[in-house]
Amino acid sequence: MSFPWAKEYTPSHPAMVWLDEKLPLPRFVYNAIGAGYPVPRNLNYFWNFGVLAGFCLVIQLVTGIVLAMHYAANTGVAFDSTEHIMRDVNWGWLLRYMHANGASAFFVVVYAHIFRGFYFGSYKAPREMIWLLGVLIFLLMMATAFMGYVLPWGQMSFWGAKVITGLFGAIPVVGEPLQIWLLGGFAPDQAALNRFFSLHFLLPFVILGVVILHIWALHIPGSSNPTGVEVKTESDTVPFHPYYTAKDGVGLAVFLFLYFAMVFFAPNALGHPDNYIPANPMSTPAHIVPEWYFWPFYAILRAFTADFFIIPAKLMGVLAMFSAILVWFLLPWLDKSPVRSGTYRPTFKKFYWLLVIDVLVLGYCGGAPAAEPYVMISQIAAMYYFLHFFVVIPVVSAIEKPLPLPFSITEAVLGKDEAATVAPAE
Amino acid sequence: MTQTAVADTSDDAAQGVRRRDFIHVAAVSAAGVGAASTLYPLVSQMAPSADVLAESSTEIDISKIQPGQAIKAVFRKQPVFVRNLTPTEIAEAKKVDVGSLRDPQSLDDRTKPGKANWLITMGVCTHLGCVPLGAGEGEVKGEFGGYFCPCHGSSYDTAARIRKGPAPKNLEVPPYEFTSDTVVKIG
Amino acid sequence: MIRIFSILAGAFFSVALLWSFGKGASSYVSEPPKPTVESVYHKHAEGPEGGFSFEGAFGKFDKQQLQRGFQVYTEVCATCHALKHVAFRDLKEIGYNEAEIKAIAAKYKVPEYNATTGEVKTHDGVAKDHFPPVVYGGQGSPPDLSLIAKARHGGPNYIYALLTGYQPQPAEVLKQFPDAKIPAGLNWNPYFANLNIAMPQPLVSEGQVSYKDGTKPTVEQMSADVSAFLMWTAEPKLEKRNQTGWPVLGFLLFAMVLAYMSYRTVWADKKH
Repeated sequence: MSFPWAKEYTPSHPAMVWLDEKLPLPRFVYNAIGAGYPVPRNLNYFWNFGVLAGFCLVIQLVTGIVLAMHYAANTGVAFDSTEHIMRDVNWGWLLRYMHANGASAFFVVVYAHIFRGFYFGSYKAPREMIWLLGVLIFLLMMATAFMGYVLPWGQMSFWGAKVITGLFGAIPVVGEPLQIWLLGGFAPDQAALNRFFSLHFLLPFVILGVVILHIWALHIPGSSNPTGVEVKTESDTVPFHPYYTAKDGVGLAVFLFLYFAMVFFAPNALGHPDNYIPANPMSTPAHIVPEWYFWPFYAILRAFTADFFIIPAKLMGVLAMFSAILVWFLLPWLDKSPVRSGTYRPTFKKFYWLLVIDVLVLGYCGGAPAAEPYVMISQIAAMYYFLHFFVVIPVVSAIEKPLPLPFSITEAVLGKDEAATVAPAE
Repeated sequence: MTQTAVADTSDDAAQGVRRRDFIHVAAVSAAGVGAASTLYPLVSQMAPSADVLAESSTEIDISKIQPGQAIKAVFRKQPVFVRNLTPTEIAEAKKVDVGSLRDPQSLDDRTKPGKANWLITMGVCTHLGCVPLGAGEGEVKGEFGGYFCPCHGSSYDTAARIRKGPAPKNLEVPPYEFTSDTVVKIG
Repeated sequence: MIRIFSILAGAFFSVALLWSFGKGASSYVSEPPKPTVESVYHKHAEGPEGGFSFEGAFGKFDKQQLQRGFQVYTEVCATCHALKHVAFRDLKEIGYNEAEIKAIAAKYKVPEYNATTGEVKTHDGVAKDHFPPVVYGGQGSPPDLSLIAKARHGGPNYIYALLTGYQPQPAEVLKQFPDAKIPAGLNWNPYFANLNIAMPQPLVSEGQVSYKDGTKPTVEQMSADVSAFLMWTAEPKLEKRNQTGWPVLGFLLFAMVLAYMSYRTVWADKKH
């Protein structure tokens, strides 16, 4: 579906006419990200992050495929082959640092994309499917990132694999056999490393597939916008190309500048020194932490320190950690506010910023050692996290009195008087 | 008056258009240059890495090779034949009319001055890359007494020149030098 | 309906967290965590005065220093510590020529394992070989040093601080923590994570190595040199990385300006 005023693809060159008849691929691109896709004219820079996330996926795919040409998924040589890449392969150091920091960049961008969605109510009808696919992409990213981190077979790789698969051991009855099945052994070893490599190679392509569905689902209702008011007339929109290709170009250039500043001048800043020590199944590092993008969830996992009635603390932690992400799937139905954008929801807005701070606190505690006062802080922060999604969102959306909405996007941009001249009410 | 004013504005507009186009062309070209330069590391990572290049020279001790014997050594992960020719073999190689060969080279072209008995060639058939027989103890040497490739029947003579069969070239002579009377450095 | 379930779920997790919090807080109050000997006496690593030449975005290795550091490594560290990720050919990058590398490599015996016969033979090292493993007869396992500068918080500064940080245990330690006696065979070092390190002080006196370039071999100098050398073994591409980084960022800055100008031009006639 598209808006009736969407431009139609009209090839002029005979070759393009011929191609359009046989395989309308240029038409497809034109309607997807070209002049044939009308987009609200008022998108701000927070709407850059979708394109940036797609770009990150491409960076990871390209550098990853290239690294796989030199990496060896064998416990005896995995660490050495990684060092071989860093030392002997032409530009190997650059490719590996791009891939390692690319994962971080991907998560930065995706977190910004998700929190854009939280604030502007992008998950609401009619865009529920886009949201659901997005959360699915996030889950797949987490799995991919985790398995990728295991591949260099350093200390953090090994103990990360052990601890994370240990989570499955918390499931009653089937937990332990499940964990052994996942690892193909009693501890991470050759079988686990080899299958993680295989899956780490496969999952990005699955992500790519879901991304295509995500964009397809987006093109049915069209992009949302900062006012949350749906598109009414042609004057509310501009063609994606050149308007948003130009704006995304700016975002992309800024992103690449920051990304390459990390890659070239602080490539190990987000990594952990222990992963430059080869895996040693006999000795656990003093302070094991996952990569930074898992910290908020790791803090939630560790916040459950006492058995709760018949539920062991370990199971509670695992349950809570998964619920913390899975609740996002329910968001379109938990938030019943008729108003989409946080801009016009005064109460919601306050809780939103509280959530942002809360997640940062959780993240900080997740990266800190498992000691007081961090555990107590993360318990309070985790409590707010659950209250926010499970209680605050449904309750606030039921009782809050939103601010008056603009009549249309055009009116929001141009003001009432000028808007009347561009798009007279019918 | 009105006429000129109109003309002026349209001229300005045209100028503006040209300036705008220039910016877009520059921005898109910059993106193109950026994309093209990322290709450089992506392409060159497939070229031999530093450890592979480091293996590109091999030193061989030839003191134990008797006349009529040959050894197989490894150079760039491929076999190299080092052969100590007997005077008969040298005479046989020199007897051949160079002009009549498929790949015309004399024995002197293929050995170092004063060391005509040391025939050092790659053990890689120039047809499709099999390892010819003839360097190992008791292997068939083919009808010209040099090497014989069992894959497609190429026969090489005592100067390892192609004489019969599908191979287009003589066995390749790698770059080498005698670092002493008993040591050859290949590569 | 879904909202009622959701509020119940929220309450469930919150109560469970409160329960954990309550238990944790009560034990925190009844038995507040006591300071440990590590939390009181562990010191943050400081590098040599003036820092290292390779620090910062314009950093470069000082090849003279790396060669001195290599000398310290071979004459002192190499007795116990290997350098397996470094090949002799890599020494070219710190200024040795081919003949020198050949001579250095030839001093080492490199083991070769024949998987068919199970035989282990050794050959004299050549440029393409890596530094061979070091057989260590004592207790424990001295770590390989090739990546040590990236495998420790603080990197080369940590190595420097550790090497220069050996000292007798301060008397007040035992007054405050009577259990903190140095275990037999270990040595007090406030920069080591648990303060007691198995490695005896390796660089003990001035002149332990004699530098060919005339630099005065003080303990600080030798420590700084070997720390720099180990930074090179851990990150040999550091210089190339810095040198590549600047043009790339410069280009991206230029691209950013062009992209912004292009964006402004496209949107010039559209209010948004």
